[in-house]
Amino acid sequence: MDAVVKKPQDYKSDLKPVWCPGCGDYSVLASVTRSLAELDLDPHTVALISGIGCSSRLPAYSTLYGFHAVHGRALPVATGLKLARPDLTVLVAGGDGDGFSIGGNHFVHACRRNVDMTYIVMDNSVYGMTKGQASPTTESTWTGSKLTPEGPGLAPFRPLEMALSAGATFIARAFAGDPLEMTRQICAAIAHPGFSFIHVLSPCVTYRPEQKEWRTLVHAEFTEPETDRKAAFLRLLDDDGFSTGILLKSPSAPFRPTTAASEPISALGRQFAI
Amino acid sequence: MALTSVSIALTGSGGAGVMTAGQILLDAAAKAGYHGLMGRTLGPQIRGGESAALLRLATRSVQSPDDGYDILVAFDWGNIERFRDELPINPGGLIVADPHAGPVPDIMLTSQPHVAAVPFFDLAKKVPGGRVNMVALGLVATLIGLDHEYLMERLAIQLHGKGEAALEASRAALDAGAAAAEGLEHVPRLHAATPPTTERWSITGNDAAGVGAIQGGVRFCAAYPITPATDILEWLAPNLPKVGGSLVQCEDELASINMIIGSSFGGVPSLTATSGPGLALMMESLGLAVASETPVVVVDVQRGGPSTGIPTKSEQVDLNIAVNGLHGDAPHIVTAPLSIADCLFTTQWSVHLAEAMQTCVIVLSDQMLGQSRTIIDKPAELAFVGRRKVAEATNAAEAVPYRRYALTADGVSPMALPGTEGGAYTADGLEHDEFGHPSTQTTHHTDQLEKRRRKIESFDYGDHWALVDGDGDADVAIITWGSTAEVAREAMARAREQGVSVRLIAVRLIDPLPVDQLSYALAGVSRVLVVEQNHEGQFLRHLRARMDLPGRVEALHRPGPLGLRPGEILNRILAR
Repeated sequence: MDAVVKKPQDYKSDLKPVWCPGCGDYSVLASVTRSLAELDLDPHTVALISGIGCSSRLPAYSTLYGFHAVHGRALPVATGLKLARPDLTVLVAGGDGDGFSIGGNHFVHACRRNVDMTYIVMDNSVYGMTKGQASPTTESTWTGSKLTPEGPGLAPFRPLEMALSAGATFIARAFAGDPLEMTRQICAAIAHPGFSFIHVLSPCVTYRPEQKEWRTLVHAEFTEPETDRKAAFLRLLDDDGFSTGILLKSPSAPFRPTTAASEPISALGRQFAI
Repeated sequence: MALTSVSIALTGSGGAGVMTAGQILLDAAAKAGYHGLMGRTLGPQIRGGESAALLRLATRSVQSPDDGYDILVAFDWGNIERFRDELPINPGGLIVADPHAGPVPDIMLTSQPHVAAVPFFDLAKKVPGGRVNMVALGLVATLIGLDHEYLMERLAIQLHGKGEAALEASRAALDAGAAAAEGLEHVPRLHAATPPTTERWSITGNDAAGVGAIQGGVRFCAAYPITPATDILEWLAPNLPKVGGSLVQCEDELASINMIIGSSFGGVPSLTATSGPGLALMMESLGLAVASETPVVVVDVQRGGPSTGIPTKSEQVDLNIAVNGLHGDAPHIVTAPLSIADCLFTTQWSVHLAEAMQTCVIVLSDQMLGQSRTIIDKPAELAFVGRRKVAEATNAAEAVPYRRYALTADGVSPMALPGTEGGAYTADGLEHDEFGHPSTQTTHHTDQLEKRRRKIESFDYGDHWALVDGDGDADVAIITWGSTAEVAREAMARAREQGVSVRLIAVRLIDPLPVDQLSYALAGVSRVLVVEQNHEGQFLRHLRARMDLPGRVEALHRPGPLGLRPGEILNRILAR
């Protein structure tokens, strides 16, 4: 199929998404498939790994090799896959609860480890699949959930600052309402050698209908990626959470364990001979 | 009187080097033709603290500790009350202690051993560069009648690159110990042995598990350190790359289990090692391995529990969680190595089972197996190499949709590895249909549950499910598993010497329990003794949940830290 020009449709399966009409995640699916077509990647050479949540349903809607793993563990599954199969292009998708709450530890260490893969987090500041509870990125005063009727009372998690602190070498923010910019970011992230993090503002029209206003709040800010962490930190000090663009793209040496077969298996026993 | 088996405990604290001395003694004795094993008991301290090397040397192959120790060498008595229970001294045994450490505590004298005073530290000080453990090594070797040249040969390897002076200092210290041994009475001396003509190995259970993993085809390991399993991971770290594999250290056990699920999804046989607390953390993801049919192997080197428990001491306490810890109906495989050396076989076999059936296998080793060292003949090559049924590439134009979870007769369906054209699918922890598409339909759920059960029930495990030994016409059978198997075997041999025939069934395949084979192996017995090291009798409950045991059923189980002893089992056999 190499000679044929690829179309986004080649990367979409026939399954009908479980998402609500108007969900931002449709746009992410479209941007992922469009990016893969632009990069001319054969679908069977790409793996898309996810955890649990609305956005984590993404793999089944693609024609890629997918793994819909358990809640919060998409990053380790993807890490193991990429380390064992460096020939594959590995994408990871999930939501704010999956990535920043139950999987928060893996997020920090994936940024540190810098394995060559692209992590797309669809952030809607709510647990949609369990019908509307506060997530780590929910505003402290949001009273829309019966679980936290007074509001969560916690300062929201700041994903870009966390990623930067933990050592990520590619950090970007996209908005579901701007799939062209998102596509540009995904292409750049896949091309980046190392761990790439894209924070996507992906509105939940069902449990957070007020997020429809995000369209008016986002602003293209990171127009030219920074290459060093200090400059990136300075820019984040002024971030209102709605700045979009590629914040950081710094020199990166992706993590690869050393493997160089040097001995027949039968020789391993020699060390025990007396 | 010369003996065919001598047990020796070397105890000391504060980095006295008892483990080093113990290993040199074991390996030197092996070179001289003896068999033996060495267990380790350690306190909770990070460095120093009480520790003991627990050796047994014999003229025949031994895989079980003896009831007690014939010689106990003590540099000091620090914290002895903490581990006195793990150091039973045989009646008529010999305690050799440094008099500067004070009198021998009364709690060590209950079996009325002989006592000798040897000033180990003073003797070591008189030798330039001399170390106290080398003095003790010289003394013990002289007592049991082991030629010092065998010690020197091992020391030359141990001290390689440290120069001639270091080796000479050790020789002088050995000589000082030998001189101190002169004139000691009540010495348990070993029968002479003949140096072996074939290759022998000195290996721990944890290292053996690592060898078994690689020989079985494992090429990726994700690791999180935990006592007493870390040795497996530390052995694999430098050795996996030699065969083209790799190991990565993770942030936690949730990461390690999920990383090996990811690598195995990619087609690379994968394994991790942990202990009880880590296994507990992995449970949800082991269910994912079952549901998504991704082969993985987890070696659980059990330690005292629950919770943090007794991290450095052995117990057989994770059978319950290994068999029953997964939520949902989640058939999978649980195995247990039956000796230190069998850690190699059982781990390699477990990789084979995981790959052949595309499921998860939990291997229940324990601290006693994992951290003990044994002398064995070089193991024969095993035929078990993990071979997965893999889907071939298909031309997309053929447009035959790939069914990852096809309902096959044996329950195993060919797995497409990423990169295979025409094989793309989404592996899922959600219930799914044959294509892998999420489904809540009754038929899909039932079909997939039955498929996953069918593959492990219909598999041919051959004779490897257990070691069945002893007398066919025996009236009494011992059923045991894991590290108590060799202890029970020694008890059986002793019973036979007293004219009592016993049958031994040491179960390697814990789940699915081969009920038919087990019933057949028990045919004709009127008494069944179920032996294991835990407080609750986990294996007995497991057996009873799955089958009716014949005749009178008795339980022999107690917690650690002292491992079960042959004498305890023998007493139960003889108590009619």
